[in-house]
Amino acid sequence: MNKSMLIKNGRILDPAQDLAITGDLLITDGKIKEIAPDVKNIPADCTTLDAKGMVVCPGFVDFHCHLRQPGFEEKETIATGSKAAAKGGFTTICCMPNTEPALDNKATIDFIKATSASEACIRVLPIGCITKGRKGLELADMGELAETGVVALSDDGSTIADSRIMKQALEYSLIFGLPISDHCEDAMLSNGGQINEGIIATRLGLRGIPNAAEENVIARDIALAKLTGARIHICHISTEGSVELIRNAKKDGVRITAEVTPHHLTMDEEMVLDYDTNAKVNPPLRTKKDIAALISGLKDGTIDIIATDHAPHTENDKLCEFAVAPFGISGFETALGSLMKLVHNGDIEIHLLLSKLTVVPSKIIGSKFGKLGTLNQGATADITIFDPDVEWTVDTKEFYSKGKNTPLNGHKLKGKVMATIFNGKIVYKDNSVKLGV
Amino acid sequence: MEAVEQINLIGLKDEKPQPAQKIWKHKHILDLDDFTSEEIDLVMQTTEAMHEILSRPIKKVPTLRGKTVVTLFYEASTRTRSSFELAAKNLSADISNLTVSSSSVTKGESLIDTLETMEALGADIVVMRHPYSGAPNLASKHVKASIINAGDGWHAHPTQALLDMYTMLKHKNSIKNLKVTIIGDIIHSRVAHSNIWSLTKMGADVTICGPSTLLPKGMDNPQPYFPKVNVTTDIDKAIKDADVVMGLRLQLERQQSGLLPSIREYSRLYQITEERLSKADKGVIVMHPGPVNEDVEIASTVAHGDKSVINEQVTNGVAVRMALFYLLAGGSRNE
Repeated sequence: MNKSMLIKNGRILDPAQDLAITGDLLITDGKIKEIAPDVKNIPADCTTLDAKGMVVCPGFVDFHCHLRQPGFEEKETIATGSKAAAKGGFTTICCMPNTEPALDNKATIDFIKATSASEACIRVLPIGCITKGRKGLELADMGELAETGVVALSDDGSTIADSRIMKQALEYSLIFGLPISDHCEDAMLSNGGQINEGIIATRLGLRGIPNAAEENVIARDIALAKLTGARIHICHISTEGSVELIRNAKKDGVRITAEVTPHHLTMDEEMVLDYDTNAKVNPPLRTKKDIAALISGLKDGTIDIIATDHAPHTENDKLCEFAVAPFGISGFETALGSLMKLVHNGDIEIHLLLSKLTVVPSKIIGSKFGKLGTLNQGATADITIFDPDVEWTVDTKEFYSKGKNTPLNGHKLKGKVMATIFNGKIVYKDNSVKLGV
Repeated sequence: MEAVEQINLIGLKDEKPQPAQKIWKHKHILDLDDFTSEEIDLVMQTTEAMHEILSRPIKKVPTLRGKTVVTLFYEASTRTRSSFELAAKNLSADISNLTVSSSSVTKGESLIDTLETMEALGADIVVMRHPYSGAPNLASKHVKASIINAGDGWHAHPTQALLDMYTMLKHKNSIKNLKVTIIGDIIHSRVAHSNIWSLTKMGADVTICGPSTLLPKGMDNPQPYFPKVNVTTDIDKAIKDADVVMGLRLQLERQQSGLLPSIREYSRLYQITEERLSKADKGVIVMHPGPVNEDVEIASTVAHGDKSVINEQVTNGVAVRMALFYLLAGGSRNE
């Protein structure tokens, strides 16, 4: 690989600096050197990539994914997961600690860091546990986790049911300034539920998960964040009521951020009508009304970021009766194509979409891991190049992820990642992209 | 099979009976949500012919000779299984019964593995009962055999609903505009769900009634997912002028899960009693899929009273299942 690369004739968009020009972007020594309508000083033996008709933007940052390693390597590994993420345009991904063993101490975080350094093609940043073993009983050694380099704390998949523990976790997190990221689910209320509560659940004979199972816990977390002054991050919100709660909390000055997934923004509960276990996800796919509220939440800033919650499972895991199938959708490789539907439909502007995938998640992560999510001169050259208009058909056989579990297999999407550059190097390239020297 | 030719219980629009193959589209019987009124009508007529066979001294015809029927039950059920078994035997099918304890159901591969084994052994039709909703749908996607759903979780019990309809037709001229009231734990009842599909398809005026914790929400409004029915928590209102009153088996664990204060309170508020029934149509019939919790959902005097057709339901179950086997095996009324 050459030391320098010139991306030519692209539509360069960087929400971090409100940049939108058509032109060239020059990378040297892994850093962004220059952006101009027509870059003149081109180093010798510079690789060129013609990005005519394509968007050139900062590499996507995913604040919520599951890489399954250690413990569930049959579902995904850091190597396969990072490759899949790169194919989806991501250059930084934050992996959740619900592994086996859980990421609740220095040794496990060191394992993620070492494995990522040797096997991942992009940046992998671990999220540590809030409580030991994600059991919700005793706080994990947050200070040690923070020093070892976690970006946030979460017992993902398990809500801390005990509000006193949650309050103390928030209080204690103040020392380190790390956000506490919560999967909000009142398990007594969701009670083994499978899909959104409502008439479709009745028709299918499946136990429903009411909206209130999510909203109850968000309301509690807001109260506790307000009480403690700590940072709370709400994972994968799915309901209109959640948007409203967070909107009001923000008005109230609570230090709260929130994420939404591509699937909750683009698919509703009808996806499960044929007992498709690949559409079984937690929180469940909701209604069109919820989707409209989520989109409005994105637009007014109530929802800060889009995160995939990439949750790979094996085919056998999902090839079973609906009630015993695990929750989760493999999301890296369909994220952009799904989200561009919102842009093509006129629901949101492309700048807004990109900001939710780049600059805002980088702000939540902070500057500790470098200047991420921007094309600023001098920043690490993490760049995603995508064609917003190309139509393609999802074929899970082509996934890099071990998880083929998506209800989108066979669906047409419009918008495709053509190349992903991490640290100045091409880590993913579509077959149609030709490089020149 | 001449008997079928003479029977026209509901009355097709087209006076001339059509060959069954043209009407019958199903490879599997998973639920009644995708049945046309013509198909339901055909099942009713075929059942009538089977009913005639059952009245003969020798109740056996060779229709399914050489076909293998397997019953695969992940839940205990004496009456449904025996009903299917008798039906298959009456049609001269080879039958094999497999019981799997529901505690062994943890992963779906085992279901698919089991079905593939059945198929390798030559099963043409698999009759399946399963505690998880949608298990027969899963099965139908992975095997070549025809799947008959004999009850799955809270989802569907299509053969029960068809035998219920046949029983109603034995007492009423037509399903159209018939006032049918279903009382009990509607939300968890596969029997109620399948009955709602078939009855509304044939034009019945359906009311569901029960405590609000056991009633589905949103069914009294038009929506694309489930037929619109009348919904009420008031049993007297529900029974008034009804032509058919159907009770449902109350699962006694509903009390533990907090859906009901007590079985006693349920009985006080929702039991089908002589007194409540007196407000129904004079010719009302009382139905129940069985087994009945006597004096819980139905007063024992009603269950054994002159309005009860509960035992007839059991008898008719065999004829309906014979008809379904026959139709699935590619039967034609013109044979």
